[in-house]
Amino acid sequence: MWQELREELHPKGFEVVTVALDVGGVDATKEFVDRAKAQHPSLLDEAHVVDELFGVVNVPNGVWIDEDQMIVRPAEPAFPGRNPVMESFEKMDLSTLPPDVADIMREVKKIKTDPAAYKVALLDWVERGADSPYALSPDEVVARSHPRTDHEARAAAHFELGQHLHRSGDHEAAIPHWREAHRLQPDNWTYKRQAWNFEDPVRQGPTDVYEGSWIDDVRKIGAENYYPVVDLSH
Amino acid sequence: MLLDSLRVDVADFEARTGWSVQPEGLCQGDVCLPLPPNAVDGNTLDVQAVADRAGMPLVHDEAHGVWALGPAAGPERRALTTARAPELELPDLRTGEQFRLSSLRGQKVLLLAWASW
Repeated sequence: MWQELREELHPKGFEVVTVALDVGGVDATKEFVDRAKAQHPSLLDEAHVVDELFGVVNVPNGVWIDEDQMIVRPAEPAFPGRNPVMESFEKMDLSTLPPDVADIMREVKKIKTDPAAYKVALLDWVERGADSPYALSPDEVVARSHPRTDHEARAAAHFELGQHLHRSGDHEAAIPHWREAHRLQPDNWTYKRQAWNFEDPVRQGPTDVYEGSWIDDVRKIGAENYYPVVDLSH
Repeated sequence: MLLDSLRVDVADFEARTGWSVQPEGLCQGDVCLPLPPNAVDGNTLDVQAVADRAGMPLVHDEAHGVWALGPAAGPERRALTTARAPELELPDLRTGEQFRLSSLRGQKVLLLAWASW
């Protein structure tokens, strides 16, 4: 979907740069990029540094950057006009699924996104640049970026230590750092889902290793809050 | 930023954290924080001094002899201190080559974070 939109908008001076937040590295990500026959830069971020540098806390998240390398919208949920994954879930017959998977799908269906509105805003910005009401002022960009208290900053440091130890072959040593990252920044889903995925790649379900799990943590905040509403008012 | 010692190469520090070391101190956007006189020594930087001054947490894993320096933090701070995009240098999965976000200056860019998990 992004590839399609990118082809349409590339002649207008627009480029997509995808960043895969994946401790699993090339093995976990390259097949997706190859299959999409991506024409745009398709980066690998094993340490989730975009969380730290741009305030990303979940995927998919988009950041708009103008011709002068100024951010005009900070990290927020981003969808290319449609959300085919959610559409396929809509048609799914939950009664055919194992009960715990059906429970997860019931929560997934409550997640709110507005892909159509996001695409309208993106097209408007590509067309009109700084005149687009969706392009925010520098002060607004900073103010809307994620809070960075000492807790978030320490979470980033612990996550980075964890991924380093995991990639050095010592997965057990990564776990206490990832647990600490989760405790310090509970609203960072990239830190949590990345870690849960190593224990239970299908459900990211409850384990003895981590306090939380996808379904428990989503129920705690309410699935409708999983992605914050993208404020496209102007 | 991952560290195996508490002295770090200035260029590595600048590339990874988005802060630059200037004569007036440690700078990002319009903000410059003065550094103690001995913090910069040739091409290296005293990480502890920088961490203290900029409010960056320094987390140590003693058993493995590694540290991680977190981003600058504060009660009122946000992830972005300036709207100027930080440099981002990561490998491109298509080619294996390092790619720099700044190479796209002159185009509008949608930076899109995704994951396989």
